Amino acid sequence: MRRGRGPIDKADYYRGIRMVPYDLVKELAIAMVATLVVVLVLSAVLSSPDVPSATIQAWAKSDPVDFVTTAATELAGQSETAQYGPPYNTADGSVQSLGAIVPQQWAGVHVAVNAPLDFVLEPLSQSTVGDQTLASALSAFDAASPTQQQKWLNAYIQALAGATLTNEQVTVASGDYGPVPTLMSRLLGLARTGGLDALLLTSDHFYQTDYSKPLLFLGDGGYFIDLAQAQDLTGSQWGMMNETGRYPGQAWLWLYTLWYQLPPFTTASNADLLVVLVMTVLSLALLLIPFIPGLRDIPRWIPVHRLIWRRHYQS
Amino acid sequence: MTEASGGGAEAAPHASGEGVGGSAAPDREGGWTTAVRDRLTRRLSIDELLPTRQPAYVGSWVYVFGVVTIAALVWVVASGTVLALMGSAWWHTSSLGHFFNSIHFWSVQMFFIFMVLHLWGQYWGAGWRDGRAKTWMVGVVIFLFSIVTAFTGYLVQQNFDSQWIAVNAKDAVNSTGLGGFFNVLNFGQMYGLHVMLLPIGVTLLVVIHILQVRSRGVVRPIDDPYVPDAAPGSASGGRAR
Repeated sequence: MRRGRGPIDKADYYRGIRMVPYDLVKELAIAMVATLVVVLVLSAVLSSPDVPSATIQAWAKSDPVDFVTTAATELAGQSETAQYGPPYNTADGSVQSLGAIVPQQWAGVHVAVNAPLDFVLEPLSQSTVGDQTLASALSAFDAASPTQQQKWLNAYIQALAGATLTNEQVTVASGDYGPVPTLMSRLLGLARTGGLDALLLTSDHFYQTDYSKPLLFLGDGGYFIDLAQAQDLTGSQWGMMNETGRYPGQAWLWLYTLWYQLPPFTTASNADLLVVLVMTVLSLALLLIPFIPGLRDIPRWIPVHRLIWRRHYQS
Repeated sequence: MTEASGGGAEAAPHASGEGVGGSAAPDREGGWTTAVRDRLTRRLSIDELLPTRQPAYVGSWVYVFGVVTIAALVWVVASGTVLALMGSAWWHTSSLGHFFNSIHFWSVQMFFIFMVLHLWGQYWGAGWRDGRAKTWMVGVVIFLFSIVTAFTGYLVQQNFDSQWIAVNAKDAVNSTGLGGFFNVLNFGQMYGLHVMLLPIGVTLLVVIHILQVRSRGVVRPIDDPYVPDAAPGSASGGRAR
């Protein structure tokens, strides 16, 4: 690092250095043309990935048991989203901390999601027109005590393990489930029409661009993960660094993704926070290399620069 | 800012100061405007920005990576502009749109490949020497900023990749406490960031980086350091850091 203040005069800086003609604009023009040619060839030959998005409608049609099981756990407040914590709710199931450092908790709830209400009860209540059975089932569920609701739901979720499909309806062994089977049956029907995709987006605004609720609901189910597994996208498959098909994806995230493949990050409950902290430290180190003894000296110790300026040194 | 620090104090009075009767006092020199103007004039003269002669050691393949990174960025921005103009769903329904998306996709890949090669080249050449630490730091910020920009691009593709990346990335962002302010599940927020704010940031930073490089010139080879007030090319006492 140069000591002292102010820029060095260029004429002085290049004293003793042989100067040669150099056409910067021509070099940039050639680089732009060459890059464009490479990009056009790659685009024409290899195209780009575009696997259609998953929908709740497709989920309800292709894996209704998984859909109903997920919906029932949402209603019971037992899903990942329902138990998540900030920024969605005040639970703590997915809150990560490092000792006394709990930034997730400190930040608080900013994208409020009430899983039972937002994913099940509210969409159903908007579908009661002309459906007295559903209206009665909702009334019965609302009238029951929380303990009774949980009793019905736990029994139903347990029974779903042995569920069968009959006439596109999810059927479980007989039991005391209260109005829950009716609610789930109607929600499944609603999802199959595509109505639930729309209702989960609905707020008190006409225009919608926030997909938090439908994505969280999709993410709670097994269907979504199965789709990702088939595309080699899960965490153990280097996760979001990959993308669908045989495309390079976000290869620049390799170091970030690498940590998730190594202990202790593979088993740590706060792996995300740890990895983010590690990457923050490494990014700061990269930023501050000019000021870090040792790191800034490596280029002098390992003479790769002899290759970079080979012709200069030869002359 | 004192008058003395304004630089260029011997400049002629402003034309309007020689008005009726010729008795008006000359404009006051100095001030922030003069300081900024003089600094820009001194540091960013056109001869410095577009020189026609360069040190002979610039004739190395390593220096190509910087310029091709800029070239790739131009195509990233150009293809992204077309995609933004036609709307976020266009490329899913039009073969021409898909081709433009492919151009955008591969331009981004090229941009990152060349940028990383440029970064490594600058590291092994210790490009931060002789007062160039800020140039290095702005370059690293561009690299980090570009990662966030590309990340938001993956989030707004409106396909399965977007969904999967959003659902998985939320946990890392949420763990930092930023999830409520940078909501990866919110398409509208990510789209605004990706097509407007972040590209403007990257482009501005790249412009600053180029100006830094051009105003200071290309750093000397490690074994041929700049030694103030010493014989040209002398290695005696010269520190390579």
